[in-house]
Amino acid sequence: MNQTVKHLVDPNDFTVEEINQVIDLGLKIHSNPAQYARLCEGKILGTLFYEPSTRTRLSFESAMLRLGGQVLGFSDANTSAVKKGESLADTVRVLDDYCDALVMRHPMEGAPKLASEYSTVPVINGGDGGHQHPTQTLTDLISIKYYKGHISNLKIAICGDLLFGRTVHSLLKTLSRFENITFYLISPPELKIPKHLKDYLLDTYDVSISEFTDLEDCIEEADILYMTRIQKERFLNEEEYMRLKDSYILTRDKLSEAKSDLMVLHPLPRVNEIHYDVDRDPRAKYFEQAAFGVYVRMALISILLEVADHA
Amino acid sequence: MLKVTGIQKGIVIDHIAKGNGIKIFEKLNLAKVNYPVVLLINVSSQKLGQKDIIKIQDNVDIDFTMLGLIDPKATVNIIEDEKIVSKMSLEIPKEVTGLFQCKNPRCVTSVDDYAVPKFTRVENGKIQYRCNYCEELTEYKL
Repeated sequence: MNQTVKHLVDPNDFTVEEINQVIDLGLKIHSNPAQYARLCEGKILGTLFYEPSTRTRLSFESAMLRLGGQVLGFSDANTSAVKKGESLADTVRVLDDYCDALVMRHPMEGAPKLASEYSTVPVINGGDGGHQHPTQTLTDLISIKYYKGHISNLKIAICGDLLFGRTVHSLLKTLSRFENITFYLISPPELKIPKHLKDYLLDTYDVSISEFTDLEDCIEEADILYMTRIQKERFLNEEEYMRLKDSYILTRDKLSEAKSDLMVLHPLPRVNEIHYDVDRDPRAKYFEQAAFGVYVRMALISILLEVADHA
Repeated sequence: MLKVTGIQKGIVIDHIAKGNGIKIFEKLNLAKVNYPVVLLINVSSQKLGQKDIIKIQDNVDIDFTMLGLIDPKATVNIIEDEKIVSKMSLEIPKEVTGLFQCKNPRCVTSVDDYAVPKFTRVENGKIQYRCNYCEELTEYKL
């Protein structure tokens, strides 16, 4: 294992200070992207997507191209040597010679960590099963910082599939390290956050967690409402998914109880958990959030490739 | 009364809780070794009522992590020239590598031979380990 290489496979791989550095650089890039357009000239980002992705993969590709770098990789494991039975460790040990950094999405939980143990270049976790998705969290945090001006003293309601939603797990794990954070977790009883994660957060951080089954019970208190999709692909039982898929549908009516400066976020894609009529509400920020994903990933790539100071 | 003589050189694992002797014997693969091994079960003990004992002749290289996991209250005596030259007390290991599987079927360690299951003990009063890959908690059971 190369211990000198910096990876982002778990939110805790970055300190709060390092997370703030990424976000602040992302905001600088957002305000003046031209200044950073040649930062990664001559560098290659490898994209190893063993599972389908639209936003994460394309936002990483866009980020690298906007930095003047190039990308190569695969978006379907069936078209790679994996199909022939190649192990993850072997794939990584070859591709780290072809690229300057690797971003990986994988259905198995912990796969990016395994990759990082064999890679000589930075590995970025682009989502591993129902486990973690740290770069979505960076996207969430840069959006919060941009619109709220700070990432502390916030009441955050997170609604939907909290069991399988990896974006939720990373967001909880990261925000718990910021000051004075209160979580309202809204889910059907079957989709509560994993017990091991809840115990870890409460044992490790000074954080408040309240759980609800009805969104109406806490929406008026929230500064941020983070809606999530029920993760169909993680269910072993189709009937169970059909029963739970419409557990929460946010409408403009429901938002009438919420604060006027509430931010509604969603990692996307949405299915039907946010009604289209919410899109016209000024509190809906999920498309702006998706746009910030490119800027914060530009910042992350620049920092991991140690070129951020060259702009 | 059954009598088992002492050993010249090796290890005596004493104060094994009744019933754990055979489990340690199996987990340490002692049935397959080519040096003498004695497993005593249901031996009278002032401390435990009954206990198990394992004596291993000519070898001191055994997996103490595994031993601590199975029976942290057992004691280990290292023998040379028929005398105890050192006594070791065991403890439940903080880090465990490759001794059991993660319970999460979606964990990378369940499908990839390169991913040897690694765990860190969680201080919650139970013998539970957090997977270093997927973070799921696995309770160690024989």
